[in-house]
Amino acid sequence: MPEGLNRAAAVQPLAAVNDFVVKFANVNGSGSASANQLFAKSILRMGVPIASRNIFPSNIQGLPTWFEVRVSGAGHLGRRGGVDLMVAMNPQTWDRDVAEVEPGGYLFYDSTRPLPASRLRSDITPIGVPLTAMCNEAYQDPRQRQLFKNIIYVGALSALLDMDPEATAQLIREQFKGKDKLIQPNLDALQMGRDWAQKNLACPIGLRLARADAVGDRIFVDGNAAAGLGAVYGGATVCAWYPITPSTSLAEAFERRAKQFRTAPDGTKRYAIVQAEDELASIGMVIGAGWNGARAFTATSGPGISLMAEFVGLAYFAEIPAVIFDVQRAGPSTGMPTRTQQADILSAAYLSHGDTKHVLLLPEDPHECFTMGADAFDLAERLQTPVFVMLDLDIGMNDWLCAPFDWDDTRRMDRGKVMTAEELEAGKTFGRYLDVDGDGIPYRTWPGTHPTKGSFFTRGTSRDRYARYTEEGPAYVDNMERLLRKFDTAKQLVPRPVETCAKQPASHGVIFYGSTSAAMREALEELERDGIHLDALRIRAFPFHDDVLDFVRRHERVFLVEQNRDAQLRTLLVTEGEIDPARIVPVLHYDGTPITARFIRTAIAERVARDTIVPMTRAGAAE
Amino acid sequence: MTFLPKPKLHHPLLATNALGLTRRDYEGAISTLCAGCGHDSISAAIVQACFELELPPHRIAKLSGIGCSSKTPTYFLGAAHGFNSVHGRMPSVLTGANLANRDLVYLGVSGDGDSASIGLGQFAHSIRRGVNMTYIVENNGVYGLTKGQFSATSDKGSKAKKGTINTDEPIDLVAMALQLGATFVGRSFSGDKTQLVPLIKAALLHPSAAFIDCISPCVAFNNHEGSTKSFDFVRAHNEAVNRLDVIVGRDRIEAEYEPGTAVDVTQHDGTVLRLRKLHPEHDPTDRVSAMNYLQERKAAGEIVTGLIFLDPDPADLHDHLGTSADPLNAMGDADLCPGAAMLERVNAAYR
Repeated sequence: MPEGLNRAAAVQPLAAVNDFVVKFANVNGSGSASANQLFAKSILRMGVPIASRNIFPSNIQGLPTWFEVRVSGAGHLGRRGGVDLMVAMNPQTWDRDVAEVEPGGYLFYDSTRPLPASRLRSDITPIGVPLTAMCNEAYQDPRQRQLFKNIIYVGALSALLDMDPEATAQLIREQFKGKDKLIQPNLDALQMGRDWAQKNLACPIGLRLARADAVGDRIFVDGNAAAGLGAVYGGATVCAWYPITPSTSLAEAFERRAKQFRTAPDGTKRYAIVQAEDELASIGMVIGAGWNGARAFTATSGPGISLMAEFVGLAYFAEIPAVIFDVQRAGPSTGMPTRTQQADILSAAYLSHGDTKHVLLLPEDPHECFTMGADAFDLAERLQTPVFVMLDLDIGMNDWLCAPFDWDDTRRMDRGKVMTAEELEAGKTFGRYLDVDGDGIPYRTWPGTHPTKGSFFTRGTSRDRYARYTEEGPAYVDNMERLLRKFDTAKQLVPRPVETCAKQPASHGVIFYGSTSAAMREALEELERDGIHLDALRIRAFPFHDDVLDFVRRHERVFLVEQNRDAQLRTLLVTEGEIDPARIVPVLHYDGTPITARFIRTAIAERVARDTIVPMTRAGAAE
Repeated sequence: MTFLPKPKLHHPLLATNALGLTRRDYEGAISTLCAGCGHDSISAAIVQACFELELPPHRIAKLSGIGCSSKTPTYFLGAAHGFNSVHGRMPSVLTGANLANRDLVYLGVSGDGDSASIGLGQFAHSIRRGVNMTYIVENNGVYGLTKGQFSATSDKGSKAKKGTINTDEPIDLVAMALQLGATFVGRSFSGDKTQLVPLIKAALLHPSAAFIDCISPCVAFNNHEGSTKSFDFVRAHNEAVNRLDVIVGRDRIEAEYEPGTAVDVTQHDGTVLRLRKLHPEHDPTDRVSAMNYLQERKAAGEIVTGLIFLDPDPADLHDHLGTSADPLNAMGDADLCPGAAMLERVNAAYR
């Protein structure tokens, strides 16, 4: 028997082509991330769809980190649940990593030091490769030993899973373009792993890859990069932010793209980025810039949203455009800073003191992060109010396979109702809070517009339609009612929900939003196979379009799938739509990991089964 | 404190400036502060300074936080846009506004509670960033609008109206501004218009962060015996280091001074600040000596006023960021949107 391959499994080893889950267990700071990315992208280059997810600690070096790659020829991009092949490179988490493998699965490990049988499982196939020994022999420099160990295991996996080595080699050549002397050593390490596996192990194993044509023109990108790019396309010129995981890379992406696309020939910048002293200052700068006619945004997460609460109330009441990207993480307080949740829905929707309601956009993947990231600026200026783009860590920080970005060159920024010097000069009536058009949206002027007309004093305290200070009740009520009318107008401007009908008429429906989409689609297919037919509605924005309420009314029962404990969107829906709470059954996943198709399917199937149990009737009893 | 509306009529013989505007064109709504409030004198000084500098009123943006001082932007420059923001956060709103349009003149008005207590962080960071603004703290050492609590600039040992003694160390915003790298630092007194008006003029012309701490007695809550921010106390302890003339191009003042008593500082835009020195040992262009001088005089129980420090050729936040000379808020689609073709190249890199 070849060294390291011990087929003691009592359970039949898993066999699948282009349909399995690989999970890498690593130590952070060990350089594993780029090797794992290389593995993932190699599969994509073979034309096979993947979904990859980083599960990482709030730490720079030394703590456990995981990278999960879902291979799905069928194109399922959510998490499936379960692991078929564990690449167990971290002794700290060995036991839980081994335990997580599906029966019949595989365990890849460094066999330099022999492991007692008690640390393995009889129902999975262990695959030992003496990585450390190989590196110690091949390299003298400790750093090289560490880095190339990662590439060697990618090489071994390449042989075990029957991957196309040229796809990986090409990626290495692209990655190190410009640092050409690194190309050959990486190619050599890759080959070393492949050669060893082919010589010593039975390759391929039951899990295999086969070249396909299922990726198409899709791109593989993370939501923060997409949203940052969307802000550039959306015409944002001012970014004020404060570093906070998981939103930091959004502001950094904006900076990178703005530098690339907005540097004038003379070297000056058509944008300004300030790393503020805190989130209060970030949002203050955004509001100051928005007041003065620039498109401005900040990127933050839950704790930052809390700090911005006072200012966002001012922006709502003073009617100042602002865009806030909230890359949600698990709270409350610092919560789990590197874990995902959809847990800021309620706090963002009603952020601040007094009566406030805000526009929320709910992107499902990086493609929508880009489009909504750009659209948010039009909406904010059209509605003269803060607009939240609600990403989460799963979308924001993981690479997703999604439709390529597109842009219509005839599109122009919608700057909203801004009165110009010419209009003022022509005698057009200006009242800052005057509802001229009946849509609740007043006209504004930018500072410095006209020498004698159109200036006004912006304040968070009550004022009349002409921006004059007043504490008169009727004037306050008049203004608050107009703000409600404006919110009603917003319903028609925000992205509409997307409905998918079941193949058969369905009495039950399911509502979901954001990063849940991918797992939800897969769960819907599986539920349908099990005979559970559900109409599905993906909500894309708050305020809710009438179609959302109509969907709830049309169905006897509606499941609402969310990634938080308190069913926050359900609360919003029940409150804003005046819906009987009993009609909406929450399905909640909030352990900080991205939701899986398996979780959704199980939760809904159990509930449906419970509802359809017919009570036994006593024999002979009249019906 | 009056409820009479201001008459709109101007006296036909009121002096006009080069823009054809009278002093009245720089005024705002009638003040609702207490009669005799120091803040009203500062508003009047701002009106006078802008009139004399011939600034188009609508090209000034006036911003404030919350408190008595922050109410005052309503009372001057009625033709300018104003923003009464949130407590202690005027500096960030002003910074953002300045980023959006570098072509306006930014005037931030704040108080000692607004800047030294709740807003100390934003005060500090806006100064160290070198935001091009005039930042005036109307410093009365007391919370007026909430009726008489100590603020962070109240002197240790000073007495509240009801007799409480302040035991906390005071924050000296002038010393902080110097340490934080402000390129224009002055202190004045609302009761000394001849000193204050030229100081505001010089600050408005200064192309970076200009800070003025203006002691402004609160007649309702902090003008009694035992207060260190009362009219009487400040008059008795005021030590002006210099007298300032702001000489803009054509109206050059030709006066004779004793050698060594007047220093002309030419600014980047050609404006000359003539400092008539009252204390020969104070050098306003040397930050370290200015800091030392300030501390020495403070230890001697004096309140140093005048232009305490000046960097005649400073950089501002836009210089640091390398922003375009054109205002960001004036840029259109062609300037900002990279377009579909570029997006295709972006897509290709993500495959």
